[in-house]
Amino acid sequence: MSPDSAVPHADIPGAEVLGPAEIARALTRVAHEILERNKGADGVVLLGIPTRGLPLAHRLAARLAEVEAGVDADAITGSLDVTMHRDDLALQPTRVIGSTELPPGGIDGRVVVLVDDVLYSGRTIRAALDAMSDLGRPRAVQLAVLVDRGHRELPIRADFVGKNLPTASTERVRVLLSETDGRDAVLIEGPTGEGR
Amino acid sequence: MRHLLSAADLSRDEAVQILDTAAQMAATQSREIKKLPTLRGRTVINLFFEDSTRTRISFETAAKRLSADVINFSAKGSSVSKGESLKDTALTLAAMGADAVVIRHQSSGAPHTLAHAGWTGCAVVNAGDGTHQHPTQALLDAYTLRRHLAGPGDVAGRDLAGLHVAIVGDVLHSRVARSNVQLLTTLGARVTLVAPPTLVPVGVHTWPCEVSYHLDDVLAGGPDAVMMLRVQRERMAGGGGGFFPSPLEYTRGYGLDARRVATLPEHAIVMHPGPMNRGLEISADAADGPRAVIVEQVANGVAVRMAVLYLLLAGGGATRPTSPDDETRIPA
Repeated sequence: MSPDSAVPHADIPGAEVLGPAEIARALTRVAHEILERNKGADGVVLLGIPTRGLPLAHRLAARLAEVEAGVDADAITGSLDVTMHRDDLALQPTRVIGSTELPPGGIDGRVVVLVDDVLYSGRTIRAALDAMSDLGRPRAVQLAVLVDRGHRELPIRADFVGKNLPTASTERVRVLLSETDGRDAVLIEGPTGEGR
Repeated sequence: MRHLLSAADLSRDEAVQILDTAAQMAATQSREIKKLPTLRGRTVINLFFEDSTRTRISFETAAKRLSADVINFSAKGSSVSKGESLKDTALTLAAMGADAVVIRHQSSGAPHTLAHAGWTGCAVVNAGDGTHQHPTQALLDAYTLRRHLAGPGDVAGRDLAGLHVAIVGDVLHSRVARSNVQLLTTLGARVTLVAPPTLVPVGVHTWPCEVSYHLDDVLAGGPDAVMMLRVQRERMAGGGGGFFPSPLEYTRGYGLDARRVATLPEHAIVMHPGPMNRGLEISADAADGPRAVIVEQVANGVAVRMAVLYLLLAGGGATRPTSPDDETRIPA
């Protein structure tokens, strides 16, 4: 695809599409949507997918705790590593395995909200659903992502989206978070950007 | 990492990466469903030319927990007893489509030959060759040491810097001692070998460790861990084979008993690669006491071997330093 036919950001490598304020606002809205959909935080568990889904899950949990009385943010947050359930392991260099830590109450009978930074092909979420079935049986599973960039390869959709971002498949979306990268930003890198 | 042949081949970062991966594997083994789909469709062949209980079962368990197909091959009852060469055996296994071969052989260097002779294209894991190397044992020992001694809190990413480990007993015949000296030193630990002069190998002065002939002196120095080695009487002619006058005299000089355990620092642990000669190199008191982590070593062996198989077989190339934001990758 030539840069001309791509979306407007494509010719600027590393164009910032969301800043810290926008990310904070999007997360606050997503937190309220989670509470609305589930009629409160009762039985809700947030599982972040490492690396950047995990800090996002913690931020969402903190917002849930602010709004709902009696919610302990740490007690409803966990991490779910999907590396060993991926279908593309043999196509890529060996991946480092992240950690899986469930909240104290486990996930049986709970409403699990999976949290990730970018929704793209949907294959990570497919792996997450498989990984979760080895750990317990949630009552329902919902998906919250900061950015939905399209180009799904599987019949998977997000329940809560921070920002819909139309992209070309040749572009690269990077989410930076202060916990892992020192600052909050969502960047689009064009076909000429780094990482080609 | 293409093969795992020797503990000496591992850099500090590679070794720490294996230990970190093993920690994640160990976490999966406390779940109700222990099986992971990671190596589905891969075939691992256990090629054992020498007797083994725990190493073979450990590798078999590790491969099965990762959903690989496992084929066990022992020299007894195979065509090897009809005189088939290692090369022909290897070609047969390659023709069956193996992805990895775990080999134990009585000859030092057999895994190296299998890996580099061009007979097969599969990954080779050394599960013990002669008196040469036993890298996965050294890795599980390092993992056990790190878990207990690398300090409070999360030990991920740490090495063994500052620890002092005494390795005691039949160093001469021990591939475990050789692999451990190399790996633990790579990870920053200080190693002291303790053995009667007859059981110290020639050329030990070139190893990166100290050597002592007096167990009590070394224990008085307050080591963080004591690793007892099995007296390998099957590799000695006759009873003590002339290496020591009598089993009783060996036990007096180099056996770990309750009295010697009591002189250890509060935090020190007692290790043994197994199988133990109870009453010879280690007394029942020491082997079953609260300091002993011998059973835990076996459990850690499965996690470490899962990590090794994962790192050798799962990916399509070199390891990335950190896991990337996966959904943003560019499809090939």
